[in-house]
Amino acid sequence: MSYTILLSQMLQATLTTLQIFFITLILALPLGMLVALGRMAKIKIIRIPVQIYILIMRGTPLMLQLLFIFYAFKPIFGIQLERLPAAETAFVLNYAAYFAEIFRGGIAGIPRGQREAAKVLGFSKQQTFFHILLPQVIKSILPPMGNEVITLVKDTSLAEVIGVVELLKVTSDWVSSAVSMVPFAVAGVFYLIMNAVVTQCFSVAEKHYSYYC
Amino acid sequence: MPILTVQDIHKSFGGEEVLKGISFSIEKGEVLTVIGPSGSGKSTLLRCIMQLETVDSGKIEVCGDTLVSNDSTGKAVYSGRDVCSRIALHMGLVFQNFNLFPHFSVLRNITEAPVRVLHKTEDEAKQTAFALLKKMGLEDKADAYPCQLSGGQQQRVSIARALAMDPDILLFDEPTSALDPELTGEILEVIRGLAEENMTMVVVTHEMAFARDVADRVIFMADGSIVEQGSPEEVFGNTKNERTKAFLSRFTNSVSMLNR
Repeated sequence: MSYTILLSQMLQATLTTLQIFFITLILALPLGMLVALGRMAKIKIIRIPVQIYILIMRGTPLMLQLLFIFYAFKPIFGIQLERLPAAETAFVLNYAAYFAEIFRGGIAGIPRGQREAAKVLGFSKQQTFFHILLPQVIKSILPPMGNEVITLVKDTSLAEVIGVVELLKVTSDWVSSAVSMVPFAVAGVFYLIMNAVVTQCFSVAEKHYSYYC
Repeated sequence: MPILTVQDIHKSFGGEEVLKGISFSIEKGEVLTVIGPSGSGKSTLLRCIMQLETVDSGKIEVCGDTLVSNDSTGKAVYSGRDVCSRIALHMGLVFQNFNLFPHFSVLRNITEAPVRVLHKTEDEAKQTAFALLKKMGLEDKADAYPCQLSGGQQQRVSIARALAMDPDILLFDEPTSALDPELTGEILEVIRGLAEENMTMVVVTHEMAFARDVADRVIFMADGSIVEQGSPEEVFGNTKNERTKAFLSRFTNSVSMLNR
């Protein structure tokens, strides 16, 4: 077993892992905010479908969602998604639901008086949301967000089930062909490093927002 | 012409009527204090005037604009959004629990609305803010954050924040109820100072001595109605009304017990 080839292939696969990770973050965060607002809408025809969406995304296994989007998309919608885009679609849809619930908790946790003070001072609804509420929401949701993002790093390994060549896929291929446990240990270290970086980012963010209480 | 007129407003929460036909008006430069037991609808009245609640029926006029009036069936109809926001800018509200923006410095709490809503320049807003902070005795706290201040200081910042919008009327919703007696005094002093400058104010308060001393006119509310309104002498001095007497006697008793 050549360790240089092993390492270079695993690094290559890590790029795919990171791609799934970043695409999910970039798309699921704003989508999650929209879903949260829809979930809190007063109008039933918006709120109820959103509630059903969240129920499905959180109530079924992510692995099932991956398989469904990859295999059942064609017979239903007539389009065959490639493996990686299918994985990314599943991750974005799934994580948007979880992010939405975190946002919703954060928004609900802001005292009503903040909104009222803003209204009395003449701020528009948009100004109130972006300048008064959102900064406070971000601060309060950093800890649960950190949890979720760390989980996302590890969940990317589920993409293996639809044949995406990400870190775990390459690792298990190596383990079976080289009959060695070393790739498992290496993969573990890779995931650990990624999550150490994520943890560090969140602690920097928390420090940044600690200027007020 | 009155600067604020409230006519026969009604408001119910879930079938329970909390305002049962309130009418009063206030002239420019007048100080009106509103007293009465908890749950009598005093805060709801202020919240209706500030558009934080909607009334079920009745009429509210501010500086010549109609905020809400009845249609032919006697149900409240609000004016368009433009009129409503114009009216909102005529009035400022000081909350019981301050509601400062925790993520903004003291200075930014005061400048944010003038800059974003009134489109003042940053410099202009800061100048006004510093002048107000000086008036509140807080010029050294401009860069502090709300959580670093005492309750009394926070309330003074929130008064400065309201004044920065240059309102025609300032409403206070129990501004000292979240403060201990020592801090209560400093806030009452500030309001007294504003009264001397002829600021038009409606003050809902449980501080009876203050309500009597600072007011041009006193309203006594109970169970969603105005039981009595008149000069401080009329209401505190020699009220004929049994309900007012009963309420005030508890207050005078506690004062005389303290004096004993």
